[in-house]
Amino acid sequence: MSAIAAPPRRVVAYAAPVLVALFILPSVLPQYQTVLLSYGLIFAIAALGFNLLLGYTGLLSFGHSAYFGTGAYAVAFIVKYLRIQSMEAFVLGGILASALVAGLFGFLCVRYTRIFFGILTLALSQVLWSLAFKFFWVTGGTDGLRVPTPTLLGGTVRMAVGAAEDKLGFLAYRYYYYVLALFVISVAVMWVIVHSPFGKALQAIRDNETRAEFVGVQVWRYRWVAFLISGIFTGLAGALWVPLNGLTTPDILVWTFSGKIVFFTVLGGFQTFFGPIIGAVIYNYLETYAVGHTVYWQLVLGVVLVVLVLALPAGIVGTVNRLRLRLARAS
Amino acid sequence: MDTLLIHVLNALLYASVLFLIAGGLSLIYGVMRIVNLAHGNLYAFGAYVTAWAIGRILGGAPDASVALYALLPVGAVAAAALGAVLEPTLLRPLYKRAEEYQLLITFGLLLILEDMMRLLWGPYPLSISPLYEGLGSLHIGESIYPTYNLLVIVIGGLAAAALWAFVYRTQFGVVLRATSQNMRMASALGVNVNRVYVEAFTLGCFMAGLGGAIIVPQQGAVLGMGVDALVLAFVVVVIGGLGSLEGALIGALLVGVVRELGITFFPEIELAVLYLMAAVVLLIRPAGLLGRA
Repeated sequence: MSAIAAPPRRVVAYAAPVLVALFILPSVLPQYQTVLLSYGLIFAIAALGFNLLLGYTGLLSFGHSAYFGTGAYAVAFIVKYLRIQSMEAFVLGGILASALVAGLFGFLCVRYTRIFFGILTLALSQVLWSLAFKFFWVTGGTDGLRVPTPTLLGGTVRMAVGAAEDKLGFLAYRYYYYVLALFVISVAVMWVIVHSPFGKALQAIRDNETRAEFVGVQVWRYRWVAFLISGIFTGLAGALWVPLNGLTTPDILVWTFSGKIVFFTVLGGFQTFFGPIIGAVIYNYLETYAVGHTVYWQLVLGVVLVVLVLALPAGIVGTVNRLRLRLARAS
Repeated sequence: MDTLLIHVLNALLYASVLFLIAGGLSLIYGVMRIVNLAHGNLYAFGAYVTAWAIGRILGGAPDASVALYALLPVGAVAAAALGAVLEPTLLRPLYKRAEEYQLLITFGLLLILEDMMRLLWGPYPLSISPLYEGLGSLHIGESIYPTYNLLVIVIGGLAAAALWAFVYRTQFGVVLRATSQNMRMASALGVNVNRVYVEAFTLGCFMAGLGGAIIVPQQGAVLGMGVDALVLAFVVVVIGGLGSLEGALIGALLVGVVRELGITFFPEIELAVLYLMAAVVLLIRPAGLLGRA
């Protein structure tokens, strides 16, 4: 079993320096940049989960905002009703809540594929959005719910009282490493999942459902489990996102947010393992700078998406891989 | 009794506009097998163009002359023209590619169109309410009802009838239905599929634009109206059946009635009920009430 999970030497050679860089960056970068990078890593966890469905199982969900939002709102409810501020409780709550919702929604959705799957996931995510939007006495409506800075590692790491450390400093340093740790764990777990027999079965389903069924794969159940795992990863991302943002609003439940998650994944390249991660980080920078420089940032992103689909359908990582192959062949 | 009649009229008003949007969406899906996520933006585009054009003529005048009502469809024509440009340039290269890319490109288009409207007409709503108020109101028993709403219902009904006649009673309709049933066979029989596609897309956009154009005197044109309308149009086509015009009509009526009931009796869960209806129909009959699998 361990043999399947061990990454090839080439991947280690690329991943190790990146990991070291991610570890050093907070001491080099300005605080704001580190926070921005945290957002990128969080979105990368969401994209990683999303891609288990799109890239490995062949199902395009247009409703992943539901699980991201469930993770985020679960945290907000923990603060509001249980008055707990521990990050471990947030992560656990976010994972459990998103598992519950993804388990239920997935059970309904995986009976269909292609466009019907997409529309069903979208319709169900909109149910959650409209509830968050209308039940303002529970969810705060469009004002959303505030989430204070949490304590980390069972309360042992907390924001220093007084002038020693402000909120931004806490988020840009301690919280960043917390996110980084969970990001690394998520990547490792997902790597093991997609390279396990289960992951191979998903790819078989994606490539040819009928054959997979004849070989003895229980298509329906495998898809449901993939949906569940995908939702949990995205929910975890939502739970990590909330303390960083300080606020959760129905905007993260609306279907256009699901479109963004699809955008990350395709930007990086959904046929590769690392594509969605790179896509999410780059998208985050792209959106932040587009929003900072023009009110017409949606126009910028829309043009990028259209050009991407027309000219670079393999995404950034897919295109780089292809170029490298061509260079290797030429030499 | 009067209140009941008013509720029915409101439901019909809502259904008329929804049918125009969802009917276009369904027509495009039926012929081209593309779910156009930017369809709601074409509805918004129609609303903006009409509001802008009539607003220019109106100036600050509080009264609307009758001639202005004849100008309402200008938004529909503009949306159709936009559709006629978009289909060959953006969508045509993608028909042979996976569905994911078609959805994505229309999502990109949604983002672009949303901001184009902000760029062209600014962030503030456009309104041409003199046209709405200009028709006055009717007395129904003891209640009053705006006459303009009746005009919208009539236009919606006429549009549905015209569309039916167009699809089932003309030469073009035959070609359209043939292409929708079997694109390859139609092509082999000499149908110019590219032309049918661009015509169907244009017609779908025209309907969406018309929906926007006739509702804008009542509601005004605001940013985000397209995105909101799209999801409701989705609910309609999912209930009625993707690709079925009769389905879109029934779906629009059903959604209109439920929405009106919802606003009166269960405002908190009105939207949730609509989306749940769509989900339940998808689960029981994935092809919709009147769709073919």
